Amino acid sequence: MPPRAPKRKSAPPNSLSVTSSDGSSVSSKAKTKGFVRIDRMFDSYANSSLGMIDPDGIEALCSDLGVDCTDVRILMLAWKLKAQRQGYFTQDEWRTGLKELRVDSISKLKKALPELEKEVGKPSNYDSFYSYAFRYCLTEEMQKSVDIESICELLNLVLGAQFRPQVDLLIEYLKVQSDYKVINLDQWINFLRFCQEINFPDLENYDATQAWPLILDNFVDWMREKHSSF
Amino acid sequence: MERKTIDLDQGWDYMQKGITKLKRILEGLPEPPFSSEEYMMLYTTIYNMCTQKPPHDYSQQLYDKYREAFEEYITSTVLPSLRERHDEFMLRELVKRWANHKIMVRWLSRFFHYLDRYFIARRSLPALNEVGLTCFRDLVYNDVHVKVRDAVITLIDKEREGEQIDRALLKNVLDIFVEIGMGLMDRYEEDFEAHMLQDTGAYYSRKASNWILEDSCPDYMLKSEECLKKERDRVSHYLHSSSETKLSEKVQHELLVMHANQLLDKEHSGCRALLRDDKVEDLSRMYRLYCKIPRGLDPVANIFKQHITAEGTALVQQAEDAASNQASNAAGVQEQVLIRKIIELHDKYMTYVTDCFQNHTLFHKALKEAFEVFCNKTVAGSSSAELLATFCDNILKKGGSEKLSDEAIEETLEKVVKLLAYISDKDLFAEFYRKKLARRLLFDRSANDDHERSILTKLKQQCGGQFTSKMEGMVTDLTLARENQASFEDYLRSNSAAAHPGIDLTVTVLTTGFWPSYKSFDLNLPAEMVKCVEVFKGFYETKTKHRKLTWIYSLGTCHINGKFEQKTIELIVSTYQAAVLLLFNASDRLSYSEIMAQLNLTHDDLVRLLHSLSCAKYKILSKEPNTKTISQSDYFEFNSKFTDKLRRIKIPLPPVDERKKVVEDVDKDRRYAIDAAIVRIMKSRKVLGHQQLVSECVEQLSRMFKPDIKAIKKRMEDLITRDYLERDKDNANMFRYLA
Repeated sequence: MPPRAPKRKSAPPNSLSVTSSDGSSVSSKAKTKGFVRIDRMFDSYANSSLGMIDPDGIEALCSDLGVDCTDVRILMLAWKLKAQRQGYFTQDEWRTGLKELRVDSISKLKKALPELEKEVGKPSNYDSFYSYAFRYCLTEEMQKSVDIESICELLNLVLGAQFRPQVDLLIEYLKVQSDYKVINLDQWINFLRFCQEINFPDLENYDATQAWPLILDNFVDWMREKHSSF
Repeated sequence: MERKTIDLDQGWDYMQKGITKLKRILEGLPEPPFSSEEYMMLYTTIYNMCTQKPPHDYSQQLYDKYREAFEEYITSTVLPSLRERHDEFMLRELVKRWANHKIMVRWLSRFFHYLDRYFIARRSLPALNEVGLTCFRDLVYNDVHVKVRDAVITLIDKEREGEQIDRALLKNVLDIFVEIGMGLMDRYEEDFEAHMLQDTGAYYSRKASNWILEDSCPDYMLKSEECLKKERDRVSHYLHSSSETKLSEKVQHELLVMHANQLLDKEHSGCRALLRDDKVEDLSRMYRLYCKIPRGLDPVANIFKQHITAEGTALVQQAEDAASNQASNAAGVQEQVLIRKIIELHDKYMTYVTDCFQNHTLFHKALKEAFEVFCNKTVAGSSSAELLATFCDNILKKGGSEKLSDEAIEETLEKVVKLLAYISDKDLFAEFYRKKLARRLLFDRSANDDHERSILTKLKQQCGGQFTSKMEGMVTDLTLARENQASFEDYLRSNSAAAHPGIDLTVTVLTTGFWPSYKSFDLNLPAEMVKCVEVFKGFYETKTKHRKLTWIYSLGTCHINGKFEQKTIELIVSTYQAAVLLLFNASDRLSYSEIMAQLNLTHDDLVRLLHSLSCAKYKILSKEPNTKTISQSDYFEFNSKFTDKLRRIKIPLPPVDERKKVVEDVDKDRRYAIDAAIVRIMKSRKVLGHQQLVSECVEQLSRMFKPDIKAIKKRMEDLITRDYLERDKDNANMFRYLA
């Protein structure tokens, strides 16, 4: 008698296979359990009438995380969540973001913050985060520029740690100059490029005939006048 | 009869006799010349010896003996005679011997001619002529040419020092160098010319070192010119013509190139001093000397430019100083004088360019650049553009230049337009000019229509049609206005009396785009004038339905009869002033605030108006208190006691300073112009680097003004915000056009 190929046993029927969007099979039991916690977290901070986390909720979140509301890590979190509106997190944003971070509790989120910092710091991500920081400040529809005051705060928050001397002087300048009352995205992006490329404090390799925004040309002139000992 | 075979020795003996005879003739010894028979015999002997049957055909031997004949003669006679002579004597002997040699070659080669016909060709040997010359070259020339060359150069230097020398002799000697090359110039060039040039260089180098220290610049130049002339002379008399260029260059180099800086920069007589002292002839010489030297004119042109710049800047400074010393109301007389002086300066130095400097482009450029430097300086707060516009206004207005003839005016206008080319802010000039033109046209202050049109034509030629299109529109408007007024008057006549305004009314309708922008205030018109406005509006609507009339009262003029106690005087005032005066028909006494409330003017305007009527030359209104300035608490009354010897007086209203507004308007237009230029460039290039964009922008706009680089950057930022442009993601210095 010819040997028969053994029949393959079918998978046990009691665990359903669910394929998530990236093609990997995830057991639904684990999934619903994971979202449940995330959703529960969301609800604990959300404003029920709005259906999303509002500034108060974020304040509470910060306090639970043990970070200041104005800490740059909250901004990083917003970036990770791809939050569209400053001061608010929608449920979708919350879910997607926390899922990517693989956290579903406050303690896990707290532990994930250093990881998040590292991720943001990666050159492939930093430009995206930096631009995001600016756009996050555009609260009105059709708004293209951000006022000087807010920009100064943002500079401090985003670049202060890495480029302290430049940021301090730049903020000082922005406050005393009167040519510009608002800053647009192009100028914002060039602030970073300035910090990255230009020697400080001698500014030797700054060339005003290149395409630097005028505000930086003026900043360099001001610096040179002010610190003419260089 | 069979030809008898000639034996070689025998035949050669016979030939030798002929050769000896020839030598004797050459030596000048008494010897009759060759007869035809003798010649024929010699020729035939050779012929026979060459055509004999072997072993008696002696072609090869004869060929050799031919050469040996020369060698013998040279060695025995020629060389010794040369060796025992020196210098000039040696040269003479050489010339003689060379001439003789050529004769010898000619004769012998005739005798031996048959060899040339067959033997030489068959064996591819040098021809007889060549053999003969080669002998001289190899035995004589090669031996003596160094001595000869040295002797020649010594004589040349003697001549340079002023001694007379035998030029014909030198010519003959140098001809030898040329001829000995046998078709090539290499002997002449290598054995003589190169050394002569070197000696020349050393000679002039020594001279130059002395002269440059002792002589003034003009004297040095004179000497240089002389030397160059003499050297050219030398070439034409005895050097070979091919030496001319090299010789001139060598002399130029030593005299003019090596010491150029020292020469031109001589303190009291150098280029700068010559310009200062108007030494036209010396400067012409300088040009002539240096124009042949590559880049030789560059330092001269540079000094020329610096000189003009200094003079121009001094004129500007003078005007600045004079203006600050005068009272501020001096109406810019100094500035007008400045323009005149600048025109004179331009004429003066343009003459230099065309005469002294032969219209050379380098000097045109120097002049242009110099003028561009100081023609763009500000004097007493007025830009040069404004000064020039005021200058034109002064010429074109009534009472401006009536003393000048039409031709003189035309000439001046021509020169003014030329000056405009040096001013970078041409658009600013256009705006000032337009404002003043408007004044002239509207207040009938233009002296001569033809001149007005003439200058517009000149401006159009120089700056293009777009520059003058608005101004031309303004002039046309006035012509149309006159026609329009005629139809208005017809309209009034043909309509009922109710439609008549009751006052003689003339209206000038201006096309908005052509004229400068004027603020129009909501003046509360006196009732009489309100009617005028309405009547005209009615008339205008019969002509066109689709246009809106905006009334500019600030430009109007009013003739009012002032019924004073002594006599009635006609007052010519502006519409605003008339509005103020008419208030006093209804009230005897009005306060400042009452007038203000009734007329609805700004404080600035009202103060000006009241001042002109109560504190100036003609006090139509009396003011309480009777101070020199207007204050808001003053009271005004009709001054019935006022009188004047004239029956009609004009009460001027001092014009508002338009400068600030003009500058603002021009700045605004420039922002649009820069925007348009950037968009135009980016639209066609799609992607462009920052520096290139900036430089193309500057170039496109240069016809009208010199854009500030910062202004361009600012406009670019604005265009980025408005999504016309974006910065390239990978290269921060590149920009892209966003369609």
